[in-house]
Amino acid sequence: MYNERFDGRKSDETRPITAKVGIIPNAKGSAMFKIGNTVAMAAVYGPRILYPKFLKSPDKALLRCNYNMMSFSGSGERVRPGSSRRDREISHITEKALEPVLIVDDFPGSVVDVYIELLQTDAGTRCAGICAASMALAHAGFKMRGLVSAISVGVVGGKLVVDLNNQEEHHEEGHTDCPVGMIARTGEITLLQMDGFATPDQIKKMVESAKKACEQIEEIQRKALLEAYEVAK
Amino acid sequence: MNIVTSHVRTLIEKGIRFDGRKLDEYRKDVTVEYGISKKSAEGSARVKIGTTEVVAGVKFEVGKPYADTADQGSIIAGVELLPLSSSHYESGPPSIKAIELARAIVDRGIRESEAIDLKKLCIKKGEKSWTVLIDNYTINDAGNIADAIGLCAMAALKDARFPKYDEKAERVIYEERTDKKVPLNELPIPITVIKIGTQLVVDPSPDEEAAMDARLTVTTTSDGKVCAMQKGGAGTLTADDVAKVIELSLKKGKELRKLIEK
Repeated sequence: MYNERFDGRKSDETRPITAKVGIIPNAKGSAMFKIGNTVAMAAVYGPRILYPKFLKSPDKALLRCNYNMMSFSGSGERVRPGSSRRDREISHITEKALEPVLIVDDFPGSVVDVYIELLQTDAGTRCAGICAASMALAHAGFKMRGLVSAISVGVVGGKLVVDLNNQEEHHEEGHTDCPVGMIARTGEITLLQMDGFATPDQIKKMVESAKKACEQIEEIQRKALLEAYEVAK
Repeated sequence: MNIVTSHVRTLIEKGIRFDGRKLDEYRKDVTVEYGISKKSAEGSARVKIGTTEVVAGVKFEVGKPYADTADQGSIIAGVELLPLSSSHYESGPPSIKAIELARAIVDRGIRESEAIDLKKLCIKKGEKSWTVLIDNYTINDAGNIADAIGLCAMAALKDARFPKYDEKAERVIYEERTDKKVPLNELPIPITVIKIGTQLVVDPSPDEEAAMDARLTVTTTSDGKVCAMQKGGAGTLTADDVAKVIELSLKKGKELRKLIEK
């Protein structure tokens, strides 16, 4: 049984989080989201003209996300540049995690590009990317139904834990990893994936812990957004 | 011609820049930060020149040396102009601008100045040697990313520590780092000067870059030598321009080198 976590955290405790918006002046909106040693940056460009044309939607803007790990950001060997199957899948699920909150029917035929870059990784990168992207979209001034927050929950060595780090993801007694994205304000789930085994009861509990963690994360995201607009004293 | 571009050209001819700087004046706020990806990269740094921001990371790999340099390791530099950093950049394979920056500015500057003692990267002659991979990324392109990348790559190299190498298992143990630094003999610094009309401009903004006729990047070493040059742009340079650019590069290079010297 995995009772004591490697880094001494409580089972439902996330790693320390810092978040900031407005880190990339060129972008319409941008954000940094750091959870433990995982650092994600996101920048939003658009709405702008969409090519190729056949992707155009007559009733709203297309949300296009691009997830990328910098070559030096992996834990082992250098990550080869260029988009891998993994990158493309994560980009896709990121789009689906954010689409439910983004209201872009004012911009038919255009595209909103979200670029996510990982500077340093220690597991939980897709969730960190989604948290950063959601903040960047809000910072860009888009109408949104809420912020999307995301966290990975799982079962490590038979124990339910929140926010797995890389060491936990490779626990020898077995590990289940379940990234959950949520509109914390309403509890609606926008991202759900799972690797490994879990009983239906464990899944129920994992989703419950994810909700609690997402509520905390949303508060941090919201605070970072408010800070950017605070009038200097 | 774009209205901003024509305005820039008119003003530069009179020695006036949008942000009030003199033509040979660098932005004041140049900063270097080390270890920005400490957990993942064996060496890393962030450089800001005004609001221009780039990051660089170093990774080590062990491989077979090239046949013609059997007693040496190697270095490979990469530059990616991220679409995250500017609306002018697109996703996809590296653009010619990125390739030119990687090859001509970073790679050649380091190689030709003999900044890294490649012989010290050899583990076993003809069989095993270290490869040092330096990857550079733009975070916010507000002009003059060439100088920022050149400085950042050197800062990341300075920050780097070799990972442990298990000779028996023939495996790099990335989780364990040694105290061993990259054998650096020199800190080559590239400085880019652009020509607009008849004037030479240092540390250009994006508007100025759009208005340029020609550009010259000169990489200099701490003992006042020039170790690499790269001319760019569709316009021409006179011999007198080249002499002036070298003089400017030595002066500005010295100032930037100070930031990473200690």
